[in-house]
Amino acid sequence: MSVENSLPISHRQRLWLYLLGGLVLLFLIAPSVIIVIMSFSGSTLLQFPPQEWSLRWYESYFGSLEWRDATIVSVKVAVMTMIVATPLGTAAAYAINIGTLRLTGAINALLTASLIIPVILIGIGTFFLYARIGLNNTLTGLVIAHTVQALPLVVLTVLSGLRSYDMNQEKVARSLGANLFSAFRQVTMPQIRFSIVSGALFAFITSFDEVVVSLFISGGETTTLTRRMFNALRDQIDPTIAAISTCLIVLSIVLLSAAQFLGRGR
Amino acid sequence: MSMQSVSLQNTTAGRLDRPLNADALRADARREAFGLLALLSPGLLLVFAVIIVPIGWLFWLSLFDETGQLSAANYARFFEQASYIRTFVTTFKVAFAVTSACVLLGYPLAYMLSQLPRRAASICLIFVILPFWTSVLVRTYAWLVILQRKGLVNSWLIDLGVISQPLPLANNFAGVVIGMTHIMLPFLVLPLYASMKTIDTDILRAGMNLGASPAATFRQIFFPLSVPGLASGVVIVFVLCLGFFVTPALMGGGKVIMWAMRMEQTTSLYSNWGAGAALGVVLLAVTLALLGLFQWLLGARATGVWSER
Repeated sequence: MSVENSLPISHRQRLWLYLLGGLVLLFLIAPSVIIVIMSFSGSTLLQFPPQEWSLRWYESYFGSLEWRDATIVSVKVAVMTMIVATPLGTAAAYAINIGTLRLTGAINALLTASLIIPVILIGIGTFFLYARIGLNNTLTGLVIAHTVQALPLVVLTVLSGLRSYDMNQEKVARSLGANLFSAFRQVTMPQIRFSIVSGALFAFITSFDEVVVSLFISGGETTTLTRRMFNALRDQIDPTIAAISTCLIVLSIVLLSAAQFLGRGR
Repeated sequence: MSMQSVSLQNTTAGRLDRPLNADALRADARREAFGLLALLSPGLLLVFAVIIVPIGWLFWLSLFDETGQLSAANYARFFEQASYIRTFVTTFKVAFAVTSACVLLGYPLAYMLSQLPRRAASICLIFVILPFWTSVLVRTYAWLVILQRKGLVNSWLIDLGVISQPLPLANNFAGVVIGMTHIMLPFLVLPLYASMKTIDTDILRAGMNLGASPAATFRQIFFPLSVPGLASGVVIVFVLCLGFFVTPALMGGGKVIMWAMRMEQTTSLYSNWGAGAALGVVLLAVTLALLGLFQWLLGARATGVWSER
């Protein structure tokens, strides 16, 4: 695979391509960088670069009971979603990977449906259903809805781990007398645990960042951070949100690095 | 144990004259299938209960008018009321604009990534994946700050003397397109990059050895081979645009009403579930039709991008 650069085209001839590509990369990353810098501004005016530096927006975030409560709700829901979605998704990925069931394709499509169905439709549908069974504005309701949205990511991540794993090892364990569960736990799981943990991290952040469904089904005491942010943004551009955004960006970086690190750990 | 027995069935049993307790093997295979079904069922049940049931319910609702009579009124109004027609036109206009912008920005980027040495490419890829995993709200907020009247872009342009009056960049069509392009771009770049990586460099070298210029090699060999990846990215971006809510709601300034926003208004504000449901049904139908059409045309997996996340 060392042929990547073997085309007889010099870097100089490619300069325009690097320039263009660089600009697009800048377009992708600049907004996050600007928000992080602005969050340390001392002024309400959101100038860039800030004239004076301060932590006042972080103080206003951590000092506000409303923001703190919303953050706690989001963390709780994301942790619970992770705890529920990871085993469910792993089990499903395992069964799909064996692939001996008829309709495996259809099952796969159903499990990943929430990636394709417009999320607004899921939001309205969930609200409608929850209104009838009394799950609106409850943590349980949020966890269930977020689990359904996180499930496809866990399934896809674990599935990709399983595809690079030799299932014969498990067959050997089972032929030596282990039952399905202990063969999986003792032979397969240790070898695909990085995919499982990555899937769990993806489930966490999917839940934590989810906006549209939460907008419909959360409220009152169970208002999530994203719902509160969305409503705040509708009214005005509050610099406190720059501080919250920075925390969310840092969270994404930490979780992605963890997933990346684990992926390399193999 | 049963797994072992199943494979025995395939190898040994066929060669024996008498069936090797075939009943027991069949029972084993059945138990295996039930076991797998048991592993799948919690996830499937959840998806069924939270996605399939409510959407089916909404579909059912959309078939009745306010008086509870079976009617097509909820669908007929899409053709009669100008406001609905305007929403659809706006939605498709935004989707076209965002998709085109994503192609124009994303193709060169994916091409560059596919040509860079692996290490450099993986560093550049972080710039694509990090925004992908950053909250849509955070990114929309960033663009609001950057594009507003007294925002970064306007104040810089005024300082540089390029313009004297701030440009209207946020709370309008332009703002929605810029914000959405930023969010959709990775959905195009990731599958396109993945498909470009599979293009065999030897074919390109052969072309150049036979005397084709770099431009001709790109035009006649590389580009045609990248079309399936490009098409898959385009379809994903277009479909996601049609149902997108957060960015147009925050950056449209109430002037750019897209499909999803209309659904939210109809159900939350006016509590007209039949009409909202009908909008949802049509949106879902258009989404599935586009994905199906694409799969039929190219035989590709339209959802491939998700495994890139």
